[in-house]
Amino acid sequence: MIILLKDFKIGQEGVIVAVGGEGRVRRRLFDMGVTPGAKVILKKKAPLGDPIEVTIRGYELTLRKDEAELISMDTKED
Amino acid sequence: MLNFALAGNPNSGKTTLFNALTGSTAHVGNWPGVTVDKKEGVYKKLDENVNIIDLPGIYSLSPYTPEEVISRNYILDENPDCIINIVDATNLERNLYLTTQLLEIDVPVVVALNMIDVVEKNNESIDAKTLEMKLGVPVVSISALKENNVDELMKKGYEAAKSKRKAHTILEDTNLFHLVNDCRIAFEAIKVNNPLFHAVKLVELDELETKDHPELVHIVEEFKSTFKDEVFGSDFEAIVADSRYKFISKEFANVKKTTVADEEKVNSVDSYSKSDKIDKVLTNKWAGIPIFLVILFLIFHLTFSENIFWLGKLINSDSFANSEFFAGTIWHEGGINSPGVILQSLLIGATDFLSSVVASWLSSSASWVSGLIVDGILAGIFAVLSFLPQILLLFLFFSILEDSGYMARIAFIMDRIFRRFGLSGRAFMPMIMGFGCSIPAMINTRTLADDKERTATIRVIPFFSCGAKLPILTAIAGGIVTYFGVGNADVITYSMYLLGVTIAVVSVLLMRNTSMRGKVPPFIMELPQYRMPGFKPLMLHLWDKLKHFIKKAFTIILASTIVIWFLQSFTANLRYIEQADPNEIADTEFEDLATENETYKNALLSEEDLEAFDDSGELQVSFSDVMTYYDEIEDEIEQGAFKENVLTPVLLASYDSYVEEINDKDYKDQNDSILAHFGTALTPFFTPMGFGSQLSESGWIFPVSAATGLIAKENVIATFQVLSQASSKVEIEEANTDEEKINAYITLYNIGLDEDGVNAAQATISSTGVNIAGLIAFIAFNMLTIPCFAAVATAKAELPDKKIGKTLVFWLLTSYVVSSMVYLIGTYVWTIAIFASLLAAAITFIVIYNKNHPVYE
Repeated sequence: MIILLKDFKIGQEGVIVAVGGEGRVRRRLFDMGVTPGAKVILKKKAPLGDPIEVTIRGYELTLRKDEAELISMDTKED
Repeated sequence: MLNFALAGNPNSGKTTLFNALTGSTAHVGNWPGVTVDKKEGVYKKLDENVNIIDLPGIYSLSPYTPEEVISRNYILDENPDCIINIVDATNLERNLYLTTQLLEIDVPVVVALNMIDVVEKNNESIDAKTLEMKLGVPVVSISALKENNVDELMKKGYEAAKSKRKAHTILEDTNLFHLVNDCRIAFEAIKVNNPLFHAVKLVELDELETKDHPELVHIVEEFKSTFKDEVFGSDFEAIVADSRYKFISKEFANVKKTTVADEEKVNSVDSYSKSDKIDKVLTNKWAGIPIFLVILFLIFHLTFSENIFWLGKLINSDSFANSEFFAGTIWHEGGINSPGVILQSLLIGATDFLSSVVASWLSSSASWVSGLIVDGILAGIFAVLSFLPQILLLFLFFSILEDSGYMARIAFIMDRIFRRFGLSGRAFMPMIMGFGCSIPAMINTRTLADDKERTATIRVIPFFSCGAKLPILTAIAGGIVTYFGVGNADVITYSMYLLGVTIAVVSVLLMRNTSMRGKVPPFIMELPQYRMPGFKPLMLHLWDKLKHFIKKAFTIILASTIVIWFLQSFTANLRYIEQADPNEIADTEFEDLATENETYKNALLSEEDLEAFDDSGELQVSFSDVMTYYDEIEDEIEQGAFKENVLTPVLLASYDSYVEEINDKDYKDQNDSILAHFGTALTPFFTPMGFGSQLSESGWIFPVSAATGLIAKENVIATFQVLSQASSKVEIEEANTDEEKINAYITLYNIGLDEDGVNAAQATISSTGVNIAGLIAFIAFNMLTIPCFAAVATAKAELPDKKIGKTLVFWLLTSYVVSSMVYLIGTYVWTIAIFASLLAAAITFIVIYNKNHPVYE
């Protein structure tokens, strides 16, 4: 099933299928290892629900929901 | 001399390696992006000295953040002899991404595999030989923190620097290589350095590259029309980034040997688990924010509190070791001091002692010489140095937070709230630090990547009222309460803090919508693993700050202190005004009278309750004791009415000799100083704020004391005290009846008595006729206006454009407007309508303007 990273629940994992957005933000995401094929686990949300923390490529990355909205995930569930 | 550049991801240990190589004291922090400007140092253990350049941490060579621009420009334009690419061995995958880009440049590269000790501790190993083969450049395993193998690294770097290296790209095996090669040939033809690097950037259609070489873009565009990838279509930027990561995971999957397969690493129980456990508590949904607030409170409590953990109740006069030394320094009547206050009082004790020694040395020289050295130079430097213990302690605490990795979590926690004001969560820490001292706070803004965000943050930091402004608040609030008999001093103080925060929020909103317009900077940040902060890096960090601060104290601050002292101590025709403590004179005069004049001695003796003399005939009471006693019997006789009693002649006599003394030495000429003339000339400007021309003759006290606050905000109330003493000396001169004389004398003495300046504030209120709104406006003005010289110097150094002019205007304007509003609304309530409609008009204008002029990035 393809859903946005923004809608992930804590502990849910999946593989990135597409990264949207443009310019600076997209470039930054690529540089931080957010590219299609990378495995992502949603570790936690900040106390106020946003930003979120994910594990990707062996490290912890934090990004806002605005940015997570650009990332489509394959959850490998039906 | 050779030049080696250190390049690597933020937080990979670059600065630690830099310190190990150069023995320098560059700052190390566990926060992505601590190095903002490049730092240089020299490595001396090779045949030739090597200049080491510590570049800002970067994730990639894309020029999108200021750090990346600095690093990319240096690597491409300055032609270093070798790049030492420091790689965090605990996170090869993301770190090697930058390596694949560095390999595309025609410069020798040596990979430093850092934190190999941490990897080994986790029962893992990295096959450096295989890595070396795959990358085609030397790889050396090191531990920068333990300084293991760093000389070997430099030897390899030295060898590499002596030979040329041809760039190569990992895109060789991809279907884009053909295009990359075509572009490379095109760049070679126009003789561009590092053609391969530029070729890859052109293929990515990098913003800077297409701007620099528009004539070559057609090569990529033509290829694009014929190209289609299954997953990415013709999004070359994505294909390039993806190819790099694919290459890394394919080629290096087997380099790291672990008990757990690499693919499952994200699930594995390794070094992350410890960080995870800590994070479960510290960024917990419910406990995260409260824990953060408690940590924050503890930091300020340990630095500034004079009653630590409310242990004051345990202290009584009979308690252990009630020695002179400990009392006052370690504790006082109200409680035990915090470490910060203890260190500060020790320092103040030492500097006071130094001043008095110097003063006694100079006692025989001309009075203006000792004035210049003791009151001008020493007092100025010591006033600034007296903040040092607390600033350093704050630094220490915040460095621990930073080095441990918690600071990045605070940004994570606070981001949601700060986004509303157009800032990111990272701006929170510097602002809160502002309550302690603006200087460390402004330096801390280095962690903000966005220039506009950083400028806006630096400008509002002084609005978070610092520790040195508290005396202004307590003295004036105390004066208001005692003189007008209204309100509660604590409520006034808290409301003023609140006003500062509100103005900070409003100004940030205003700036982010006008001069500092820009999109909310993206928040895509690494959360580093928690680490135990090392003792040595912490101390290096503190030493660095100490050096920085002392250098400032002895240059700009010293110069400005001398200028203010000069203006305050000389009259317009350059006559030196003798400074003297009126209480000291009063005490001596009284003592002389009481011991030498039989009539007065007998008068004192007649009051048995006073116990003025002991059995051997030694005087036991001070002038202040006599005054208190005098007040008591006055009260007993009749409320409010003046009636002579047996002590009246003593007081009058000491009054007379006091007046004689000050007439002798022109002590009262404070009113005639250049600064006072300036102040008087400037009073009209302060009229809208309620402490200008509408006040009596001595109204210039307000502008002048605010001006001396530029040296250090503590000076505001100290000046208040000196100046209000000067004006009550005038009252003494003009006193006619005995009652007036004694009352004026007592007032003068009382101003000098209290330490918190409440009496001085009261005396000033009564002599100038200022109203409550004007006083509140005066507090607001001091809080919001130009901060002390030390903070101004720091702001200048930390502002992204290194220019202070506009910021000074901003501070002056903000304080002027807000204080005027406070005074006018407080005095004439109807003016609120004018301000409200002006504000509404401004907001409407900004909103409409911004709608028609959207921000492009």
